[in-house]
Amino acid sequence: MPSIVKPLVAHPSLAKNALGLTIRDYEGQMSTLCAGCGHDSITAAIVKALWELSTPPHRLAKLSGIGCSSKTPTYFVNGAHGFNSAHGRMPAIATGANAANRELTYVGVSGDGDSLSIGIGHLCHAIRRNLNMLYVIENNGVYGLTKGQFSASTDVGSKSKKGEANKMSPIDPIQLALSIGATFVARSFSGDKAQLVPILKAAIAHRGFALVDVISPCVTFNDHEGSTKSYKYTRGATHAATESDFVPPASEIVANIGPAGSTSIRMHDGSVLQFTRVPDNYDVTDRGAAMKYLREHPGQIATGVLFADEGIPDMHEMAGSPAGALVNVPFEKLCPGSSALESLMANFR
Amino acid sequence: MRSRINDFAIKLANVNGTGSASANSLIMQAIFRMGVPVSGKNLFPSNIQGLPTWYEIRVNPKGYTARALDYDLMVAMNAQTYARDIKEVRTGSYVLYDSSWPLDADLHRDDVTFIGVPLARLCNENFKEVRERILMKNIATAGALIELLNIDADVVAHLLEEKYGKKKGLRESNVKALKLGGDYIRENYAFPLPFHLETMHANDDKILIDGNTATALGCIYGGATVAAWYPITPATSVMDNFKAFADKYRKDPETGASNYMFLQAEDELAAIGMVIGASWNGARAFTSTAGPGVSLMNELLGLAYYAEIPAVVIDVQRVGPSTGMPTRTQQGDILECAYASHGDTKHILLFPSSPAECFEMAPQCFDLSEQFQTPVFLLSDLDIGMNDWVTPKLKWDDSYVPNRGKVLTAEQLEKMNKFFRYLPEEGTAVPARTLPGVHSKGAFFTRGSGHNKFGGYTEVPDEYQEVMDRLLAKHKEAAGYVPPAIIERRAGAKVGMITIGGCEPAVREALDILDEMGRPMDFMRIRAFPFTAEVEAFLEEHDYCYVVEQNRDGHLCSLLTLETPVAKDKIRPVLVYSGFPLSAKNVLDILAVNVEELNAIYR
Ligand SMILES: Cc1ncc(C[n+]2csc(CCOP(=O)(O)OP(=O)(O)O)c2C)c(N)n1
Ligand code: SF4
Ligand SMILES: [Mg+2]
Repeated sequence: MPSIVKPLVAHPSLAKNALGLTIRDYEGQMSTLCAGCGHDSITAAIVKALWELSTPPHRLAKLSGIGCSSKTPTYFVNGAHGFNSAHGRMPAIATGANAANRELTYVGVSGDGDSLSIGIGHLCHAIRRNLNMLYVIENNGVYGLTKGQFSASTDVGSKSKKGEANKMSPIDPIQLALSIGATFVARSFSGDKAQLVPILKAAIAHRGFALVDVISPCVTFNDHEGSTKSYKYTRGATHAATESDFVPPASEIVANIGPAGSTSIRMHDGSVLQFTRVPDNYDVTDRGAAMKYLREHPGQIATGVLFADEGIPDMHEMAGSPAGALVNVPFEKLCPGSSALESLMANFR
Repeated sequence: MRSRINDFAIKLANVNGTGSASANSLIMQAIFRMGVPVSGKNLFPSNIQGLPTWYEIRVNPKGYTARALDYDLMVAMNAQTYARDIKEVRTGSYVLYDSSWPLDADLHRDDVTFIGVPLARLCNENFKEVRERILMKNIATAGALIELLNIDADVVAHLLEEKYGKKKGLRESNVKALKLGGDYIRENYAFPLPFHLETMHANDDKILIDGNTATALGCIYGGATVAAWYPITPATSVMDNFKAFADKYRKDPETGASNYMFLQAEDELAAIGMVIGASWNGARAFTSTAGPGVSLMNELLGLAYYAEIPAVVIDVQRVGPSTGMPTRTQQGDILECAYASHGDTKHILLFPSSPAECFEMAPQCFDLSEQFQTPVFLLSDLDIGMNDWVTPKLKWDDSYVPNRGKVLTAEQLEKMNKFFRYLPEEGTAVPARTLPGVHSKGAFFTRGSGHNKFGGYTEVPDEYQEVMDRLLAKHKEAAGYVPPAIIERRAGAKVGMITIGGCEPAVREALDILDEMGRPMDFMRIRAFPFTAEVEAFLEEHDYCYVVEQNRDGHLCSLLTLETPVAKDKIRPVLVYSGFPLSAKNVLDILAVNVEELNAIYR
């Protein structure tokens, strides 16, 4: 099956971002996913977010594991390097990539199988390292690519296509991430672009690990009656815990005219994330409160930015790395040279 | 007994976790400083405290450094192992033991001289704290050995000064303990023993270093910036040392920033993933591990091989399978590394034989890995990695320029019509690569799934096969760049003896002995896979070759039969795999089994 190449016709009428690029410049290959797959909607939201942020395509690194979801980095930003790695291992590969070059923007795309089963260890440790990246879980509650097995995010009682009900308790990536110190945690729904795009933008602006769990129905294996990740079910059960708006640095002033009772968070890059607290008492900067809220609303799929903390050092800050990319440190600075070696030899006598 | 100068072996039996290690290295270092060729082998258990541990020291004027297996003095300090330790020494040798308690009558041997020193009693009388009494017993033992072996007391005093210069209390305790042991010998026994030390000058340009330290230093000098690992014996000290050297040499003088990233991964799957991610981005990255780690890394090693991403893996081999014997040495990962991962894969392996070669080969690993855009393994082992070896001083050539392989710059990409990742130029199997962040024109999708030469996804049979065939050609091409085998011929040789890695000293010693017996043999030490041209020629030239290696299944033998045209019956495996470093005696014992065949050939 050769990859399908999408015809790229530039529309003169298309709006341009700060780099003078149109949204078409952020598109990728034609998707080969099933028509109606939630993952494709997420791709579209990622395209929009990156275009709006004016991320230079070649300064973006797109990484993924294996699964239908993990195929999607091919479908956005052709001008960026991509790495479709191995099942569950993307966080490790992203860690190394980021270690070598902290200057790029990292977007990782994964599935619930990729992230919550085979790769759960890597995900947890990338969170602990506060690796600076956007990490999207395209969560359909099923293994799409291997044809419909339950995943670790399948809810108890949720039924497979064959009608079998899952009995094991699910892993909620949001609660998991919060419990191990994640610095940015959000959830959204693939069908709600209006909410998803600003969340993605804020997540990219976040300095540190930004986990975005996106409920993304699998139309082929998990969109039937009895599934808790179907379009029908999800539309009814999602419930915005916070409404967010993302204000890039250039238009910062706008942030000040948010609705009364809103919270603003200044992101590390100077942009501002502004929340309208839907439930009166929801404080997005309070980890304990976020965990409590999620525990107390088990049936609901709380969406929005559920927690954000801009004050925690990322992997490079913890390591004391140079401000620029390690790959740009010249060899002369890395190799101590012959005279240093000669004097070192005295220690081995 | 005829006096033997600088030619003997001693074995020290201890309980681990009691501080014997520092006394052992004090003696070893003192002998080294006396300019006498020496080797020390630590035969230790996989345990932190309480199990038997041995240390062997061999001095030899000709510089033979392999294990002797023939001890002139047993320093029996572990009552648990008295029986087997005393049994192990040969007739005419000596046993030094702690006479604070009488030795069991059935341990007595008439053909051995027992030297009792009441070490525990002396230490109990002279030191207050329990911990100090235990630690100083080892030092008092060293004091006795100084007299018995004629170790230069000034050298020892110097060493203590260097080690404890600032910690006056500790130094005084050490000096006191040394004196306790030494005085007792002087007052009660004839000393030195018939075999003992005399100052020489064999070590003027040498150092005492273990392979893991040398490897770490090689990675620093080779310009590695990302180190990712998961702790495992016997590879841990590679990373401990890398971190220490990086802290010393890699702090930016202006900003204080660390020009390296040290990642303790969650497991080996992640460690190799991090290496691959960093290399994908253009860094020199490596991991250090042992067999169990390589097993876990298999999946991603295939990805790096197929997607053509550099990765350097330092495998300090230990005894397998499974957890095996973590503190014992073996060369049992050769085949696993050569073909690591599912599907058709073949990797580049380098086989250092000493710490000096670990230092030399580490930068070569990075060069080859970047030049050929593929994983490269440095296959060290516990014997090389964790024992101190007398080695020529490490030298660095400041004219070294890292070979970063074919990496396209933004300017080159700008001028290109279109970049295709897996399309090499005429005359080579290695295509150019691009790094993320450089230019949109260089962007492509790295994938472990089927791809064609343009870098696009494919399931088309011919397209898939074309890439796989080129990967094979690339591996063959590497044979022209890896370190060649070391070959040494002897007049009258009829058969060859081939070996690998840390077997070298034992094999050389065995060859000298065979030569004296009228059985000269040619020597070849293989230093890399893919095999270089002279390896095939050597096999071709000899009626048959012994292949000495430390594993049960003859990994090198298999690799030679699989990857060269040599007939299987021209290879005679000499396999020693019980976990201790090789001795010439092991080799000769195996050859003795087929003595008729040898006699026939050399008639
Ligand atoms: C080591 C390994 N084991 C198993 C597989 C098979 N496999 C491919 S995708 C997948 C599950 C994907 O599920 P998920 O991550 O939820 O992605 P989705 O397809 O649902 O988007 C599995 C088990 C594999 N590729 N690699
Ligand atoms: S199987 Fe499901 S997840 Fe995969 S592409 Fe089809 S709809 Fe999407
Ligand atoms: Mg899934």
